[in-house]
Amino acid sequence: MLSERTPVRFYQVGSFAVGNRLVELERRSAQSDPRRANSLSSGHRACAGCGEALGARYALDAAMRATRGQLICVNSTGCLEVFSTPYPETSWRVAWLHSLFANAASVATGVAAGLRATGRDVVRVVAQGGDGGTADIGFGALSGMFERNDDVLFICYDNQGYMNTGVQRSSTTPGAARTATTQAVGPQPGNAFGQGKDVARLAMAHEIPYVATATVADLFDLESKVERAMSLHGARYLHVLVPCPLGWGTLSKDTIALARLAHETGIFPVFEAEYGEVTSSVPLRHRTAVEEYLRPQKRFAHLFDKSGAVTSPDVVARIQALADRNIRRYSLVPDEDQ
Amino acid sequence: MTTPFAITLGVGSSLANKTGSWRVERPVYVDRHPPCNNACPAGEATQGWLYQAEEGNYEAAWRLIMASNPLPAIMGRACFHPCESACNRVQIDEAVGINAVERFLGDRAIDEGWTVPVSAPPSGKRVLVVGSGPAGLAAAYHLVLLGHEVVVYEAAPQCGGMLRYGIPQYRLPRAVVDAEIDRIAAMGVRFEVERRVENVADAMQRGAFDAAFVGIGAQRGKHPDIPSGDAAKVLDAVSMLHGVEEGALPALGRRVVIYGGGDTAMDAARTAQRLGAAETILVYRRTRDQMPAHDEEVCDAALEGVQMRWLSTVSRADGGRLLIETMVLNDQGLAEGTGHFEELEADSLVLALGQDTDLTLFDGDVAVDTTRGVVHVDDHQMTGHAGLFCGGDAAAGPSAERTVTAAVGDGARAAAAIDAWLAGVTLAPTVIPPLASADRLNPWYYADASRTLRPRLEAARRRSNFDEVVGGLTAEDALFEARRCMSCGNCFECDNCYGVCPDNAVIKLGPGQRYEFNLDYCKGCGICATECPCGAIDMVPEHH
Ligand SMILES: Cc1cc2nc3c(=O)[nH]c(=O)nc-3n(C[C@H](O)[C@H](O)[C@H](O)COP(=O)(O)OP(=O)(O)OC[C@H]3O[C@@H](n4cnc5c(N)ncnc54)[C@H](O)[C@@H]3O)c2cc1C
Ligand SMILES: Cc1ncc(C[n+]2csc(CCOP(=O)(O)OP(=O)(O)O)c2C)c(N)n1
Ligand code: SF4
Ligand SMILES: [Mg+2]
Repeated sequence: MLSERTPVRFYQVGSFAVGNRLVELERRSAQSDPRRANSLSSGHRACAGCGEALGARYALDAAMRATRGQLICVNSTGCLEVFSTPYPETSWRVAWLHSLFANAASVATGVAAGLRATGRDVVRVVAQGGDGGTADIGFGALSGMFERNDDVLFICYDNQGYMNTGVQRSSTTPGAARTATTQAVGPQPGNAFGQGKDVARLAMAHEIPYVATATVADLFDLESKVERAMSLHGARYLHVLVPCPLGWGTLSKDTIALARLAHETGIFPVFEAEYGEVTSSVPLRHRTAVEEYLRPQKRFAHLFDKSGAVTSPDVVARIQALADRNIRRYSLVPDEDQ
Repeated sequence: MTTPFAITLGVGSSLANKTGSWRVERPVYVDRHPPCNNACPAGEATQGWLYQAEEGNYEAAWRLIMASNPLPAIMGRACFHPCESACNRVQIDEAVGINAVERFLGDRAIDEGWTVPVSAPPSGKRVLVVGSGPAGLAAAYHLVLLGHEVVVYEAAPQCGGMLRYGIPQYRLPRAVVDAEIDRIAAMGVRFEVERRVENVADAMQRGAFDAAFVGIGAQRGKHPDIPSGDAAKVLDAVSMLHGVEEGALPALGRRVVIYGGGDTAMDAARTAQRLGAAETILVYRRTRDQMPAHDEEVCDAALEGVQMRWLSTVSRADGGRLLIETMVLNDQGLAEGTGHFEELEADSLVLALGQDTDLTLFDGDVAVDTTRGVVHVDDHQMTGHAGLFCGGDAAAGPSAERTVTAAVGDGARAAAAIDAWLAGVTLAPTVIPPLASADRLNPWYYADASRTLRPRLEAARRRSNFDEVVGGLTAEDALFEARRCMSCGNCFECDNCYGVCPDNAVIKLGPGQRYEFNLDYCKGCGICATECPCGAIDMVPEHH
């Protein structure tokens, strides 16, 4: 079990909050450190409450801590790149490279090869992008990077759509979600079910050394996964769920709350795998019905009436069934014999 | 322009972009009033001292208790802990064991000999305290801390009031009472025992006192008119318990009937069991639910073998037997006689039907309102007579809680008021922030942890002794229990706001210094407020 929870003693908030004055410094999160890297610093132009900005700082600060700052980051096109680097300003406080929408994995492969060739492979490489840049347009480059087992950690910040260009559907957009290209009209409003890609499982199918999922709601878990990834070599993949207030139609204050609900409902399973085998998963602390997750999101508003009552029970049941399957598949409710 | 290799354009930092201008709401740190503090009649800053205890700063925690309540070791045993009934943690699992931690701290202080230094310069004023129960002790302690000369006149041979002559030793060992009173004496309070005040105005004048606090409690057990034969042995509970304390063991016989349903009745019954009664039967006029005694006391009494007869009244007492009338609840839920009588064998009858206060010391030329046997006081515990204050059981109306804790609160409040009155100033009203209600918490963050139970003496070992029934917590358990506290409404430096801000707009000021918002960059998303575990951040509208 890698996500270390307080083993013996009890510390009020345990390891659920960002910091804890009651535990030793070395056991606190990178985020609680007043001298954290702040890889993505203030002044960026992400929307208020952006989950992607938060997820990127969480992940890169952890990677910076794990590599003692010896890190190069390659970024694909997307919100994360656009809101952080309008010339002449940059928010990055990490060596950072942007090329194109599709090719972050290939560029990162090249950076890693260059470092190796010049004998500087203490410097480690991370590539990052949105779900569009990962699951769709960048997938060929990513699959190649996996297949060659290049020494790169690829991090996908999944906000379940092409948010930067105005909330179009991507292949990680969930069934029934409304986007600019999957309107809530017709007999089956919103995105179609049964299509799309589960990139973490696709990565596992490449049998690479390490694959993990995480959310911005569980910092210790996310950091421990980055740390584990940086302790390994070869191709590694981390898929982070990052709610998007603009694209999901949610309140900016609820970004973390929604990521938490995605996990607690089983909709987004949080686990890790090595060489194609699941090695651990984070159990649900308070199992919650999927409608609690769907209701606050305007992209699912067509499933509810104004009072919040479910108007499409069949669709909600279908989403619940997917969540229940995740719970079984990843043993998210340990005592449950399903 | 010279730029490093492969960099063709100069780079600036986004710190130039002050995103704070986007904000429509701003976060502010607040300190709310925790429900435990709010429920404490002694005015303890419960959450505040638990916070210290969480870090193992036991002495600091104890000193915070002492800022309001000078009797933590007593309180950790005798208090009925309304704080725990109000504790928000009930919504997650069970209330924090506040009382058990308080006892741990109180005992630790006694073991370590901690005391409170008197640093105020002498005021030159003399204050009389009548009665050395919890109300008098608290008043004396706070008055001496404020620099006044304090003399306590106590009628009984020893100090403590009901702490010594009421609450039995199996709940409150006398060594604890002695230690906490000795500490107050060592701070400079002069106790004069066996000194009954017959007339308070005289006593003040003769002793040249500038002000007085009267905390005389309610010492007289009520004796309603129950027709009794000559041979009947009828006594009241407070006299009986008083007698036990002075070593004058009452001859109760084999079969003892206790009449009443309050805590005093429970103590009388449990004491009778310990004194060797073969059978102790409690007779109460209403139902179990309507008993004013605290549930824990009723359960312990039952566990120790006390039998209970609800819906029964004693209508006649003769030598060796009682006549009991069966009652029934009418439509309004009141007990009514049925006219059905039964005999009950009993060697003695102990009345535990409440106590009255002997108010004769207010006779004569003082403007003190004592209608219905209660001393009437204002919000500052002052009677109608300027400079004469009163608190504790003597000033608690029949519907008010008569507890050690309320008495301590009265004494402390009175001391502050006396100090102000002596200085000729009016006390500034205390501003209490709004409540830290449970709906403001984000409970997800708190680790699961069920309550630590205090060890208890097995029932079989309680029969023939007055050994303390409830044990204390070990240091490890006390620390654990303190850490179950959620710090409702008050920052406990968990770094969550510092971590969850997508804009790095929270500045961490270092241990004990909390945090600050960097309004240059805060976009007002409100995540910090939603994710604050303890609800110590408010979002307020921005007026650009
Ligand atoms: C059997 C019993 C058990 C109880 N158990 C609990 C409990 O577990 N928890 C709890 O919170 N409360 C309990 N109570 C209630 C609690 O003891 C009282 O509410 C509290 O002691 C009141 O404090 P006080 O200072 O007003 O009066 P007291 O404690 O009654 O003290 C008054 C003092 O004034 C002295 N005095 C009276 N008249 C004069 C005079 N004229 N001159 C000089 N001195 C005088 C008395 O001798 C006495 O020492 C119990 C009460 C009883 C009777
Ligand atoms: C080849 C190419 N096609 C289209 C675009 C336009 N484009 C820029 S960002 C973007 C969407 C990015 O979506 P995603 O990768 O999910 O990142 P997000 O903005 O959602 O974080 C698109 C379509 C582009 N820059 N390059
Ligand atoms: S959790 Fe702590 S602060 Fe909150 S009510 Fe309980 S004891 Fe008080
Ligand atoms: Mg996206």
